[in-house]
Amino acid sequence: MTISEATIDAMISGLDLPKNIMKTLKSDVMKVGVTKKELEDIIEQVMKSYDYACVEPCEAVGVVSAQSIGEPGTQMTMRTFHYAGVAEINVTLGLPRLIEIVDARKTPSTPMMTIALEEEYAHDRDKARRLAWEIEATHIEHLADITTDLANMQLIIDLHEKTLNYRVLTPDEIADKLREELDVMVNISDSVANQIIVTPNAPSYRELLQLAKNIHSITLKGIEGIKRVVIRKDGEEYTLYTEGSQLKNVLQIEGVDVTRTSTNNIGEIYDVFGIEAARNSIITEATNTLSEQGLTVDIRHIMLVSDIMCCDGEVKQIGRHGISGEKASVFARAAFEVTVNHLLDAGMRGDRDELNGVTENIIVGQPIKLGTGDVHLITK
Amino acid sequence: MRKFSLLDHQLIPKHEIMLEDELKSVLKQYAIEKEQLPKIKVVDPVIQEIGAQVGDVVKITRISQTADEAFYYRLVIA
Repeated sequence: MTISEATIDAMISGLDLPKNIMKTLKSDVMKVGVTKKELEDIIEQVMKSYDYACVEPCEAVGVVSAQSIGEPGTQMTMRTFHYAGVAEINVTLGLPRLIEIVDARKTPSTPMMTIALEEEYAHDRDKARRLAWEIEATHIEHLADITTDLANMQLIIDLHEKTLNYRVLTPDEIADKLREELDVMVNISDSVANQIIVTPNAPSYRELLQLAKNIHSITLKGIEGIKRVVIRKDGEEYTLYTEGSQLKNVLQIEGVDVTRTSTNNIGEIYDVFGIEAARNSIITEATNTLSEQGLTVDIRHIMLVSDIMCCDGEVKQIGRHGISGEKASVFARAAFEVTVNHLLDAGMRGDRDELNGVTENIIVGQPIKLGTGDVHLITK
Repeated sequence: MRKFSLLDHQLIPKHEIMLEDELKSVLKQYAIEKEQLPKIKVVDPVIQEIGAQVGDVVKITRISQTADEAFYYRLVIA
């Protein structure tokens, strides 16, 4: 006689198993239809297999992780600057990118954003394009020819009408922006269409040349730091990809889907979305970097690395200034990098090493507290 | 300023402040003190949003690729 769903639920729910195993177990049992005795046997077998699959106590998971990521790492291309993924946008890949991730660099060498759009914008190419111009930083050289008129001591800006229309800007807007940013006389020419004349405050060559230089650094429209925006159709909807990353500012723009917009700059994710998002981001970035090179590393190794990097509430690098540098033991730190400095500092401070860890016990030649070495027998 | 909830973002798992008795049972299960839990800063944007204080423990429901759903606990520190 097969048992009902409620009985199956009652029998399964108390088990110490991950949720997905419970789900599979339940759906399979429901599909086949089993008796109570059979289900009991199945549960026993599942628990046995699960127990067998678990990591044993005292196993050195960190070392296994390090080897499992390190070995495929040797087969990665040393230096690759691909135009992979998105057309035209250059992203660092391969070993340099992996190093960047575990080093927890403040800014990656090629920051890039993936901007998802809200329903209304995602299916309309024109709206997506307009949004792209809102985001991409527009500088004066994109829009105009600038001539330095030494005779009259002024800068003459000839705007291209076509580009202005394309980027939805008017000469008035540009003149206002320049006036505000440069704090000088900015006039729109009466005689020539689309011409702006900028006059420095004092009629000196130095002022004029300085002005000619400064005018290029002004962001007329868009977000500073976003060098380029590429629109691409992913499946049904349009998505924006940017060169340069300004997560906080981009999220403020109307039409950007705040729930799916992301960046490859982990430091920025930590600042805007917090530590848990940073952890998730490290995992996805590292997995993508490895799989892009055709390497498969079990995700649990990467999860362990990511967890240890984020366990203190901030993203710490694996290395001298992070995890390895904060170890309690002097020997363990000295064994990693800059040996002499650590030993010298410890000597001057009079530090003690309690010999609790693995590295220091290997150095002094004692059994390490791992595997069978971590178990003590007591006779009764 | 555009207002939105951080917790809606696909990268951010669910964070919730833990109640005293639930925390006790978790600490008992792992046989540890509160201070041995992983930490989260009080200035973390998500902590600011849920309004947790220093000394609280937050329960994080992670969507895990290996276990479907996994619980993680972090102690809020200054």
